[in-house]
Amino acid sequence: MTFSLRFRAAVVSIVLFAAFLGIWHLATRGTGAVANMTPEYAKLMGLTATAGKSAMPGPLDVGAKLWEHLKQPFYDNGPNDKGLGIQLGYSIARVGLGYFLAVIVAIPLGFLIGMSPLISKALDPFIQVLKPISPLAWMPLALYTIKDSSISAIFVIFICSVWPMLLNTAFGVAAVRKEWINVARTLEVGTIRRAFTVILPAAAPTILTGMRISIGIAWLVIVAAEMLVGGTGIGYFVWNEWNNLSITNVIIAILMIGIVGMLLDQILARFTRMVTFPE
Amino acid sequence: MTDKFISIEAIARRYPGADGKETTIFEDLWLSMNRGEFGCVIGHSGCGKTTVLNILAGLDQPSEGAVIVDGQAIEGTSLDRAVIFQSHALLPWRTVLGNVAYAVTSKWRNWDRAKVKAHAQKFIDLVGLTGSEHKRPSELSGGMKQRVGIARALSITPKIMLMDEPFSALDALTRGTLQDEVRRICLETGQTAFMITHDVDEAIYLADKIFLMTNGPGAVLAEIVENPLPKDRGRIDLHRHPYYYALRNHIVDFLVSRSKTFTATVTDHDPRNVPIVRPGKPELVIAAEAEESTRASWPGLARPSTSS
Repeated sequence: MTFSLRFRAAVVSIVLFAAFLGIWHLATRGTGAVANMTPEYAKLMGLTATAGKSAMPGPLDVGAKLWEHLKQPFYDNGPNDKGLGIQLGYSIARVGLGYFLAVIVAIPLGFLIGMSPLISKALDPFIQVLKPISPLAWMPLALYTIKDSSISAIFVIFICSVWPMLLNTAFGVAAVRKEWINVARTLEVGTIRRAFTVILPAAAPTILTGMRISIGIAWLVIVAAEMLVGGTGIGYFVWNEWNNLSITNVIIAILMIGIVGMLLDQILARFTRMVTFPE
Repeated sequence: MTDKFISIEAIARRYPGADGKETTIFEDLWLSMNRGEFGCVIGHSGCGKTTVLNILAGLDQPSEGAVIVDGQAIEGTSLDRAVIFQSHALLPWRTVLGNVAYAVTSKWRNWDRAKVKAHAQKFIDLVGLTGSEHKRPSELSGGMKQRVGIARALSITPKIMLMDEPFSALDALTRGTLQDEVRRICLETGQTAFMITHDVDEAIYLADKIFLMTNGPGAVLAEIVENPLPKDRGRIDLHRHPYYYALRNHIVDFLVSRSKTFTATVTDHDPRNVPIVRPGKPELVIAAEAEESTRASWPGLARPSTSS
């Protein structure tokens, strides 16, 4: 009896996950009383000293805390105590805004670069120099000129997501098959209509791939940016919980960052599939 | 040559070479066709026949000379001149109907959706693709794709249909059926067509006039062969026609030997008055004589003679 590959892969995944949780649990569980202490002293020292419990939270602790967060994702008890949903919401909003601005700039500019060899050659040195700069290196300059930490974070997202989109759009547009362009030319299709009916659909898979790379980078960068600018967001939450020495919350935040990143990637992957055409 | 519907006048195409010198693909090329005629250009690779077609289509510009279609010098591409591409060049993200409709809306911008669809459907039916309207090009066979290419070209009711080796990527059986279709459509609609091919039999079956080009670079239009076979010829019994072998041998001989030596041996070639040849009298079918006959052919002579 054979099961489908999908089913067998799922079984292996579950087994691996269970093994991971088991090892984690065993590695962090208490080993029993380590020393005789007076009850007052024991209360002061906590479980780490009394029951030999690791300072690293186990899967059960994390699970319980996660349940707590999930029950109440949007509570707001002041600037340093907001629900996970609110923090993630801030981060997603910043990424969304910076990313949206990058799309508005990168795709038309990429079209221009792809269609005009002159512009392509003229802008190439700038792109080559600006592209490898770590987006966080822009942060001080952004803070100084914009004078607003939240907008600076959005700017950093913009600057990091613009390059993959720009380069992929330019490449996709420049690589549109000559014969498709010739079809449009023999049909006397105007430049604007040609851009939308031939070049855009032909380059769309490449453009969307660039957008997918960009959203991944943007989500990587937002965590670091928010650690720097502070205030709100999942990056700030991670750093704040580190200062609180709440490793449980840090682990939960890491998990959430991973899940949201995956969802963003999947959304773009779905869009990419929608515009991909078989030849 | 009274009503010159297409007139290519003294065109040349040169490319800048690596060492600053120019490479001349062809120069001083004159060629004309009448309305409703089917012309085929035959020549070896590199003789510039695709360039001639691209210039005629407006996709390429001649370095010198001009092309006049229907009394007007052409400037760039036009909806009057439809191109059927060798690689079919369908837009893969559009359906069959979408590809044809794209051409229809390009010609008639203000037509409503229903009118465009009905018009496109008519041409899809014409090429025998009824029922496949909503398939994408990737779901079609090579022959079906080229049928869509033909439907797209015909749907804009062009004055001239330009074909760049349209069937060379297809298998022999499919090629045969598509040749039948193209011939039927061209005869029914009186379509003027200009085709580039490597295939001698294709040229004999389809063309009224066969233009023989010598090898490039520096290619010239060596002669124009008028097809002596009757208009109502069929593909199946083509080879039984008494003139068939004379015609075929004449073209094959040209391609095999004369296309190489033509420019060197024929010194009095006048590119403005390219000799017109009508091969084929039953007695000329004898191989030796046919071979002999191919050597001498000049303007004004109704058929090649054996004197040199």
